[in-house]
Amino acid sequence: MGKFGFTISKGRQIDYDSNDRSIAAYIFEREPSFRLCIECGGCSATCTTGNLTKFSLRELNILIKRGENDQVRESIGKCMLCGKCTLVCPRGVNTRNIVSLAKKAFQLTDGYAI
Amino acid sequence: MNIEGKKAIWKDYQKEIADDKYYYVRSCVRQNFFPGSETAFLKIMREELKKDVYEHPCHTSCSGIGYHSDIVPVETTMTIVARQFAIMTEAGYENLLPSCITSFGLYTEILDTWHHFPEIEEKIRVQLKKATGREFNKPKNLAHASDVIYKFRKEIAAKAKFKLINKNTGEPLKVVDHIGCHYAKMFPSKGVGGAEYPFVLTGMIEEWGGQIIDYPERRHCCGFGFRQYLVQANRGFSIACSKEKFESMKPYKPDMIITNCPGCPMFLDRWQYVINEMEGKRYGQNGEGIPVFTYEEVAGLVLGYNPWDLGLQMHQTDCEPVLDKIGIEYSPEDKYNTKINVEYSKNHNLINV
Repeated sequence: MGKFGFTISKGRQIDYDSNDRSIAAYIFEREPSFRLCIECGGCSATCTTGNLTKFSLRELNILIKRGENDQVRESIGKCMLCGKCTLVCPRGVNTRNIVSLAKKAFQLTDGYAI
Repeated sequence: MNIEGKKAIWKDYQKEIADDKYYYVRSCVRQNFFPGSETAFLKIMREELKKDVYEHPCHTSCSGIGYHSDIVPVETTMTIVARQFAIMTEAGYENLLPSCITSFGLYTEILDTWHHFPEIEEKIRVQLKKATGREFNKPKNLAHASDVIYKFRKEIAAKAKFKLINKNTGEPLKVVDHIGCHYAKMFPSKGVGGAEYPFVLTGMIEEWGGQIIDYPERRHCCGFGFRQYLVQANRGFSIACSKEKFESMKPYKPDMIITNCPGCPMFLDRWQYVINEMEGKRYGQNGEGIPVFTYEEVAGLVLGYNPWDLGLQMHQTDCEPVLDKIGIEYSPEDKYNTKINVEYSKNHNLINV
């Protein structure tokens, strides 16, 4: 590779046509309350992991819906499944089940548990 | 795509382009990037179309490159532009004809500013008088050089020796048009076809036998963006923009790209070479790059000019595949020879050789 003193920046465009949204489809089918999320961030505000790390359940939900699965894979393992997010959700979304289903979907796709 | 709908919209965005007696101002960067283009333009205007195009030896850069790079303050730029107008007025011309898209955008922007803020115009008039003793009239007509070629596209087609048709298949060449951002994105009403459907290059290509490709990133910037390129640390953004366009146009199998801006042919041409060096990717057919032309070069080729007189040897992505498709004869031995038999320095790692 030629040395030019710079590299090609990666695009930050979200391409819904090429993104794999099968994980989101798997969750939508089994946990319909996922559709009720208004992305208020109550879950992230109460999250113990979120207070100690960069983990954000709100961000995770958005990334799952967009099909940006690589980033979901990186952070979903940080969730301790304590369920506080489910208790505070103003829309009654079963957030804990969403994380469980996402992990299961990744296990089915990748062949191993996260 | 609804072609009829687009054509109807294009009709609403026509601009007035002067017929004759042009005052020509050159581009500061273009003469380094593709030096044959402006020469070809003057030859076409003066010898083929018999138009009066005057060029004064004392005109300068419009300083737009410094203005858009956040180096030259706008009042300084306005005074420099006022001096260009003063030289035009002294020469007895009223129709300004810039070669550069950024100059065109800058002149448009300044004239519009003066229209809305006459006190700024007065201030600039005083500054110019103090600095140079000159006075000026504002141009009556402002048209970019590509507007003028667009206006006379039918006359050029009537004199054409070649058409943009693949001689082997009889099919029109698939052409990607790329309009400079400063042409119509700043002032849509000042460009032929506006910002959404600029027709200036499309009109030329369709008149000369080619077929325009409408692809998703057609209106995307080439990536030059001034500071995006001029600051080395930002060049990754510049090349990423060009790559976005190449990725988007590749499925439509374009034969060539035509541009009307000084920066766009430079970056669409050179970045193909850099992407090839960095990632080994090429975007044309059969592992080739996509040759990039200025509109003057295409007009010159259509009129049967020698490709090496048009400066096509200065391209990093070689143009020979397009010349072969059209059936233009050229001498490979003369590619780097000057008319005084001194050889040019050759580019290395060319694409398409």
